[in-house]
Amino acid sequence: MFEVDIFSYGFIQRALFSGLIIAITCTVIGLFLVLKRQSLFGDAISHMAFGGIAIGTFLNIYPVWTAMGFSIVTALAIAKMRQSTKLPSDSMVAIMLSLGLGVGVTLVSLSNGFSVDLFSFLFGSILLVSVQDLYPIIIVAIIVVSMIILYYKKFLYIAFDEEQAKISGIDVEKLNYLFTILVAITIIVSMKLVGILLISSLIVIPNVTALLFNQGFKKTLLISLSLSTFSVFAGVILSYYYNLAPSGIIVLLSASGFIFAYILKTSILK
Amino acid sequence: MPLVSVQSVSYKYNSESVLENVSFDIEEGDFLGIIGPNGAGKTTLFHCMLGLLNSYSGRITILNQDIKKYKKIFKKIGYIPQKKSIDQKFPLTVEELVSLSLPRNTSKNIVLEILKQVRLFTMKDKIIGQLSGGQQQRVLIAKALVNNPIILILDEPTNELDPKSQNDFYSLLKELNEKNKITIIWSSHDMDAVNKYANKVSCINKRMFFHGDKGEFFSSEDNIKNYSESTMQIHMHSHDL
Repeated sequence: MFEVDIFSYGFIQRALFSGLIIAITCTVIGLFLVLKRQSLFGDAISHMAFGGIAIGTFLNIYPVWTAMGFSIVTALAIAKMRQSTKLPSDSMVAIMLSLGLGVGVTLVSLSNGFSVDLFSFLFGSILLVSVQDLYPIIIVAIIVVSMIILYYKKFLYIAFDEEQAKISGIDVEKLNYLFTILVAITIIVSMKLVGILLISSLIVIPNVTALLFNQGFKKTLLISLSLSTFSVFAGVILSYYYNLAPSGIIVLLSASGFIFAYILKTSILK
Repeated sequence: MPLVSVQSVSYKYNSESVLENVSFDIEEGDFLGIIGPNGAGKTTLFHCMLGLLNSYSGRITILNQDIKKYKKIFKKIGYIPQKKSIDQKFPLTVEELVSLSLPRNTSKNIVLEILKQVRLFTMKDKIIGQLSGGQQQRVLIAKALVNNPIILILDEPTNELDPKSQNDFYSLLKELNEKNKITIIWSSHDMDAVNKYANKVSCINKRMFFHGDKGEFFSSEDNIKNYSESTMQIHMHSHDL
């Protein structure tokens, strides 16, 4: 049924290459978000990115740059506010979500409605990834993965117990800001893949699925990476053959993995 | 020279006084039990000593160094906070959690040796959330020991532990104090445990009511009476003395 030479198509090669890199980056960063109980933070940043893209479109500036700037600045500002006011992080996330959408919708209405570009950022267009698009993805992946390798013990310590981490001499505040920046740049470059509206699922679902198995950190990360890379790989292939939206299929595969793991864990491995 | 010196420390939170002119010294090798009711300022005092709160008046020195100026000293202090519920799903094995504190380029064998000392070696691959309360407390001690601390500060560490786990826990602290020469500072509501394990006692309720040898405190009925009246909430647990 499947053509063997599908992998010879340049756009499929680029889609798979970028997809797998993004899957790895999102999963690695996402595990810390989930452990910090900030699963929705990714969603909030992606909505801020929507506002940033609308600003770029409105001002005729390359929207990825405005999305990156707007997301990082507002995410850091809100992280600072959260630390100084001790307000619950979920309420801060709600503010970010609303603000991002508010800015986006207002500017879109000023620009006479949605453009094709805006739609591709909202819902993803992995099959249209160009060679130029690959560079920022690769650069961000290298930055994020090397930072995580360098600081993973400290990030993990902060996620486990922020107070203890502080006492042991870790500069929690600085590392939290660094982590916020890493989350923001990961999400911005990932938008091309699954789109702003679904990016959070790539960050959260594989990690929550892995947590079902009650394993240590390294095994949990491995399970999570397996699910996310499989979802992206299979999602791209299936979307090509069945002419479906790749972002939707990737999320559905990932969610199916969660449901399968849940059933496996609760009825067979209990 | 005392190991720790707390000099006229006062702290206010939202203009309400939490600590008032607290002064005392801790000698190297002490096993100090700090008693006081809820809200007496024990945790606040620890947070000041650990550099988590800096807006206090007065001075705290460790090894004759002002802790506000010499932050590196905190690496030599192990801290076990009041029992918090550990997320059952947090994906860390006992060995992974203890290794979090391991300095770079240090052999992992140290972690295994420490786990043997706290009698958790056989549990090294278990997920932290699946251990009992007493075991979790011992893991936190193991994590603190990785940095070879000179002081261990424990904030009501045996709350919610059954009597056997409490005894095991205190025996471990006694061993660390005597064998590893670690100075222990721990807060408790349990006067019996303080009487059994500490060599010095501090009574605090915003102000310091007493600081001195255990024998001096417990031999004076007036001390206990005054303390009980000032605190009103001391829980006298039946302990297997």
